[in-house]
Amino acid sequence: MAKLELKYGNHACAEAAVLAGCRFYAGYPITPSSEIAEKMAELLPKKGGVFIQMEDEIAAMGATVGGSFAGLKAMTATSGPGFSLKQENLGYAFMVEAPCVVVNVQRGGPSTGLPTQVGQQEIMQSLWGTHGDKMIPVFYPGNVQEIMEETIRAFNWAERLRTPVVLLLDEVLGHMRETVDMEQFEEGKVEIWDRKMPKVPPEEYLPYKPEEDGVPAIAPYGTPGYRGHATGLHHDYTGFPTTDPEMCQELIERLINKVKSRQKELERNEAYKLDDAEVAIVAFGTTARAAKTAVDLAREKGIKAGLLRVITIWPSPEETLYELAKSVKAILVPELNMGQYVLEVERCAKGEAPVYRLNRANGKIIYPHEILAKIEEIVKGGK
Amino acid sequence: MAQTQTSAIKLPPLKKLTNYPEKLAPGHRLCAGCGASIIIRQMYMVANALGYELIWANATGCVEVCTTVYPYTSWKSPWIHNAFENAAATISGVEAAYKALKKKGKLPTDKKVKFVALGGDGGTADIGFQSLSGALERGHDFIYVCYDNEAYMNTGIQRSSATPKYANTTTQPVGSESLGKPQHKKWLPEVAAAHGIPYVAQVSPSHWKDLMEKFKKALLTEGPSFINAFTVCPRGWRTKEEEGMLVARLAVETNYWPLFEVENGKWRITYRPRNPKPLEEYLKIQGRFKHLFKPENKGKIEELQQEVNRHWDWLNKMEELTNREE
Repeated sequence: MAKLELKYGNHACAEAAVLAGCRFYAGYPITPSSEIAEKMAELLPKKGGVFIQMEDEIAAMGATVGGSFAGLKAMTATSGPGFSLKQENLGYAFMVEAPCVVVNVQRGGPSTGLPTQVGQQEIMQSLWGTHGDKMIPVFYPGNVQEIMEETIRAFNWAERLRTPVVLLLDEVLGHMRETVDMEQFEEGKVEIWDRKMPKVPPEEYLPYKPEEDGVPAIAPYGTPGYRGHATGLHHDYTGFPTTDPEMCQELIERLINKVKSRQKELERNEAYKLDDAEVAIVAFGTTARAAKTAVDLAREKGIKAGLLRVITIWPSPEETLYELAKSVKAILVPELNMGQYVLEVERCAKGEAPVYRLNRANGKIIYPHEILAKIEEIVKGGK
Repeated sequence: MAQTQTSAIKLPPLKKLTNYPEKLAPGHRLCAGCGASIIIRQMYMVANALGYELIWANATGCVEVCTTVYPYTSWKSPWIHNAFENAAATISGVEAAYKALKKKGKLPTDKKVKFVALGGDGGTADIGFQSLSGALERGHDFIYVCYDNEAYMNTGIQRSSATPKYANTTTQPVGSESLGKPQHKKWLPEVAAAHGIPYVAQVSPSHWKDLMEKFKKALLTEGPSFINAFTVCPRGWRTKEEEGMLVARLAVETNYWPLFEVENGKWRITYRPRNPKPLEEYLKIQGRFKHLFKPENKGKIEELQQEVNRHWDWLNKMEELTNREE
């Protein structure tokens, strides 16, 4: 029996976070993500959790890492300039393996940009915004129901892999009201993963020694007897700084591979009418909604179009994109930026199909008829 | 020295002050009853009277958003918006470059110019605090004006470090688990004064003469000045639009918002209410404190009154201490 509720995108994100076990939220007001903080401020005290508003975005990310290290499932949410300010601490979270979820409700950029309007300009920044090498899971839901699912999935993977996970939303999704079937989110029905705890006695404990899955079991701060050290410097198994080249290389490879090696498990897409498609659209978030309609409109006109809606943006679905390129005559990547994910699609297509782009970065969405026009252009052999 | 200079220069009477052309043009989108535009216009009157050109750096916030709705601007002065956290850093750059250009003879040296950074309490006491502190320490010749409306009003009434205790905000909402913000307000002008800068003042537009005298001093001061301005926010405080100046006056008359200045290290309370009113009178006309009047929250108003008294006593001690004849 479906249990339908009308939910606001940003509120759905907050509610799902609490369902996933989030009990620590550090935030800072910024449009269009403030409603996540406001909802968390309402929900967390009732669950015995902590909501804390910090003095800026940098501090909010810092507190999130601290909350996570103290043992709570932790989250922060922001937009545009706030996401930029968080980058150093996001890199720190990656380095010290602090599980946390960072939500970025994308608005138009760069800089202050278009605070109240939609953008998809942080596709690259979500992975590469902080300095240094990195690989973290980045999820991007496409509707309010999925915001709930992906928020929970983001927490689960953050805890399992001891890594920050970025959840990308966009202004349209965050400020959208949609029906959600709450049945799957009822008590006991949601699959929750928790971070693992050390299995060895304190005297054998090495906080940064990876287990077989490449993930170390780091005891929360204050666990009696389990002593460790956390630093953004390169470190060995004890957590203390090292410049030993072999250790440094091992660390950075492990940090990247613990995520990359699970690409298949992390992958989540929606294939829509792709079976016989000749033109494939690769899209995500708000733009994928228009793309879906464009596929139907194209089919009405006799054009065999299909859509691959990418939900796990990073690590990218390399094989899926390669297979797609082999099966179609052309790929179109519409996105609300000046051409970001299209570069990844081009890389993965390896020349098997031409990849076209449709870009916009003015705060307005891309409409179905515009995607349709582009599809028709491609089919006609123009560009 | 500064004192003799500033007291020698008198402001013209009000009638004349109001005759100068407006430099913050009407038609901006600030809410009805917003205190911010009133403060800016009062400051402009002083600049006009003394023949100063103001050059502004505006942090992200209500004023920035509402006065520069594309393709319009309300500002008949040079004005720059940078980001949320860096009005003071931006004005530092502008001021330093201006000085350098003047030194090179590329700008006129006889023009009376003053640089002003403008930010709300979030952009000043929270995210812009580091930038502010740096600019004050480096000693740029500028005025920092904080229009303190005691929360993040532009993004929807989230608490700031300038929000008073027990005020209702969207990130510290009043409910079964909370009475609003659990902490007291940050003493921002006091912190600014701790930088040892030449001039710090706290003002309220209800006491316009006091405000203008203080802005005059800041204008004539060489080096950094800091002004903290009481800024009523009908939307965020749940007050009546037409009661803004009443709210501001009560803030002063209850000693919630003491009018004081720190001039070259000397603290001075510039207005002493003859019979200070109980804080309750200030609280009861604001929806954000409504819950404090419920019987179950008895004693909370008294607690806030105690904090007001503590602050007032502290200021009096500072005044006494710094003006003692040696």
